[in-house]
Amino acid sequence: MQKQECVAMLLAGGEGKRLSHLTTKLAKPAVPFGGKYRIIDFTLSNCSNSGIHTVGVLTQYQPMVLNSYIGIGSSWDLDRKHGGVTVLPPFMEQTGGSWYKGTAHAIYQNIHYLEQYDPEYVLVISGDHVYKMNYALMLEQHKETKADATIAVIEVPIQEASRFGIMDVDKDDRITQFEEKPKQPKNNLASMGIYIFTWDVLKKKLIDDAQDPMSSNDFGKDIIPSMLDSDNPIYAYRFEGYWKDVGTVESLWEAHMDLLLEDPPFTLHDPKWRIYAKNPNKPPHHIASTGKVTGSLVNEGCMVFGKVDHSVLFYGVHVGKGSIIKDSVIMPYAQIGDNVTIHKAIIGSGTVIQDGASVGSPDESAEITLIGENMVISSQLILE
Amino acid sequence: MNNVLGVINLSINQPLLHELTYSRATATVPFGGRYRLIDFVLSNMVNSGINNVAVLAHNSYRSIIDHLGSGKEWDLDRKHRGLFILPPNNSHAPGFNGDLQNFYGSLEYFDRSNEQYVVVSSSHMICNIDYTDAIENHRRTKADITVIYKEVDEDSEDFANLITLDLADDGRVVRMTENQQTKRSNKVYMRMIIIEKELLMDLVKKSVNQNYYDLVRHVIIRNLNTLKVYSYEYKGYLAIINSVQNYYKYSRELLNPDVWKSLFYQPGLIYTKIKDEPPARYANSAIVTNSQVANGCIIEGTVENSILFRGVRIGKGAVVRNSILMQKCVIEEDSTLDHVILDKEVYVTRGNKLAGEETSPTVFTKKSII
Repeated sequence: MQKQECVAMLLAGGEGKRLSHLTTKLAKPAVPFGGKYRIIDFTLSNCSNSGIHTVGVLTQYQPMVLNSYIGIGSSWDLDRKHGGVTVLPPFMEQTGGSWYKGTAHAIYQNIHYLEQYDPEYVLVISGDHVYKMNYALMLEQHKETKADATIAVIEVPIQEASRFGIMDVDKDDRITQFEEKPKQPKNNLASMGIYIFTWDVLKKKLIDDAQDPMSSNDFGKDIIPSMLDSDNPIYAYRFEGYWKDVGTVESLWEAHMDLLLEDPPFTLHDPKWRIYAKNPNKPPHHIASTGKVTGSLVNEGCMVFGKVDHSVLFYGVHVGKGSIIKDSVIMPYAQIGDNVTIHKAIIGSGTVIQDGASVGSPDESAEITLIGENMVISSQLILE
Repeated sequence: MNNVLGVINLSINQPLLHELTYSRATATVPFGGRYRLIDFVLSNMVNSGINNVAVLAHNSYRSIIDHLGSGKEWDLDRKHRGLFILPPNNSHAPGFNGDLQNFYGSLEYFDRSNEQYVVVSSSHMICNIDYTDAIENHRRTKADITVIYKEVDEDSEDFANLITLDLADDGRVVRMTENQQTKRSNKVYMRMIIIEKELLMDLVKKSVNQNYYDLVRHVIIRNLNTLKVYSYEYKGYLAIINSVQNYYKYSRELLNPDVWKSLFYQPGLIYTKIKDEPPARYANSAIVTNSQVANGCIIEGTVENSILFRGVRIGKGAVVRNSILMQKCVIEEDSTLDHVILDKEVYVTRGNKLAGEETSPTVFTKKSII
C-alpha cells in the first residue's frame, strides 16, 4: 500500500436516538439533509475538498443504507487507486470479536487498517454534523505546533457551554484542561469532535486504553484526559463558521430553516467548496401554473402544483393542487396529495400524505411534527 | 442485450440550429434544463441493456469528449465494451462526402466487436425508447434492416428536413421520401435503424467502394427493393430538434407535466453529466409559474413559462417569460426577457429589455454580455 500522510477515520455508527422515527432504519449519518444530501456528505465532501483521499468509515448501527450509499466513494471523488474510501464494520477474529464499544475502541479495532498506510497523522471525525471545514489547515497547525493532538474548537454561547466538551487553553491555545459537559463551564471553547492525532502517539494510547477494563473507550472521556495527564501537547484549532449538530428533531429542523434565511449563515451555493452527494438523476423540477414557491429550496425531480413557502423539498417530491406547505422539510419521494396543509413538519422519505390531510399547526409556538419514512397519512388523521 | 452494439452517428448536423451549434456539435446542444441532446439516445441504449456504444463523432467533437468523458454517468465505464468515442478517420478520402465515410473509418471497431446486431441512431430525435422490443421485432420479421418511425401530428410538424415512410400492410418499407413537398405520409423516420453487424459492414464497404457515402440514401433507400426493410413504430413522445423554432417549441412542450413524465421517466431515466449543484433557491420575492428549474439556480424575480438550466440567477425585479436560459446565465435586477433563448453563460445587465417573437425567438450566443 502506498503511504498516506494523513488518513481520516469517520465515525458513522451512531444510532441518533433523538432523531426518533428518522433513524428507525438508518444510521444518523444517513439521515437526509438540505434537500439533496445525507448528513455524512458534509464530512465526506470536507475530506475530498481538503485533499484527504483515504477515509475509513466506521459503521455499526443500521449500516445497510449507508453502505450502499457510500459504495466505492465515487460521488465524493474518493474512488482511488491508492487509498479511497473503505467501510469498516465491526468484525470477528479467531480470538473472538465485539461490537465497537466506544469511539476510541472503534479506531483501536482498525489499527491494522491504518497501519497499511503507515500514516503520520490520523484525522478523527464523525458523520453527525453540518459544516464546511478545510482539514488541511488544521493539519498545518498540528504540524507547526508539533502537537500530539489537535482538537477543533468553536466558541459557543456561554449559557449553552454545559452541553459540550469544554476546553481550557493557555495563551498559545495549548489545551490545559478538558471537561465533558461541565456544570460550571469556565469558558466557551467547545470541542467539535474533530481530532488530529500524531499516529504513533495515538496508537500507544489506544493500546493502553483497550487494556484498561475501567475505560469507556471514548476519545472525549478517556483518550484526551489521559493524554493531558501525561502532558502530551494538545492544541486547540479555532474554527469560525457554521457548525451544527443535527442530532435532534429540533436541531435538524432548525438547521434546515437556517438554510432558508435571506442571508444564510451556511450556503450550499458555493462553487469553491461543493458538497457532493450521490445523484438521483432526476429532471429539473416543475412548478405548475397553480404552483407558488417562495423562500424555499427545491431539488430536481419535484412537481409542485400547490404553494410552498419557507420549506425544503428533497428530490422527487410531489405537491398536489391546493396544498400549502410552510416551514417544513419534505424528504425524498414524499407524495403530498391535493388540498393538504403542512405546517412546521418533517415528512420522511416516501411518505404519502393523502388528499385533504392536515399535518402540524400554523401556530408559531407549535412543536415540530415528525412523520417517519414510508407512512400513509389519510385525511381522517389530524396530526398536530 | 450483450448481443447488440449501439452506434450514435453524429455526422448529420442540423444547420438550422444556427447559433446553438456555432460552438458545439448538434449532439451537445443543451436541452431540457440539464441535458445535452446526446444524453437521450445514449440513456435509451443503456436502459435497453446495450453496453457497447460507439459515438461516431464528426465535427466540434471537443464538446462531445468533454461531456461524455469516460462514460461513467451512463454506466459505460466498463473493462470490456463500454463507451468508445471514434473521431473521423480522414486518411481514407479527402474532404467529407457523407456519414458512411465515418462508418468506413471505424470498420476496425465493428470488426473487433462480437455483437450480432447494431442499433444506429443520430442524436437529434429526442425520445425515451426501449430498443429491446424493436430488436425483438427485427428478429421476428427476419428483416435485414428495421427503421424506427413515429406517426406525427401532420398539422403541427414541419416536414422540411424530415424523411417520411410509405409502408406496405405488413410493415415493409416501400418508399422513403426526403423533404416531402405535398403530403404523402406522416410517418417520420427517426434516424434509427437496426441491422446485423456483418450486413452493415458489408453494405458500408460496398457503398464506399462505389463512392456512395450516405447511410439513408445509399444503404437504405437504394436497397429497398433488394433487402427486407421493415419498420417499427415508436409510440412515445418525440421531439425533433432540427431548427431553432423546433428547439423552442419542443423545449416549451416540456412544461406539460405529461410530456415531462413520459420523456424523463418512461420507460427509463435519462442520465447526464453530474454538476453537483445544490437545490434551487427561491427567495421570498420569487414568483415562478409554469416553469422548469434545474439545481443551482437562485431566483429572486419572476419566471413564467420558461426553462432555467443549472446555475441560472434571476435578480430582484427581473422578469423572464417564455424563455430558455441555459447554464449559468445571469439576469440582473429589473431586466425583462420575453421569447428569448440565452445560450450558456449569457450575462444580462440591469434594466435591459430583450424580446423575440413566439414564432421566432431571439437567440443570444454563449457568453454574450448584454
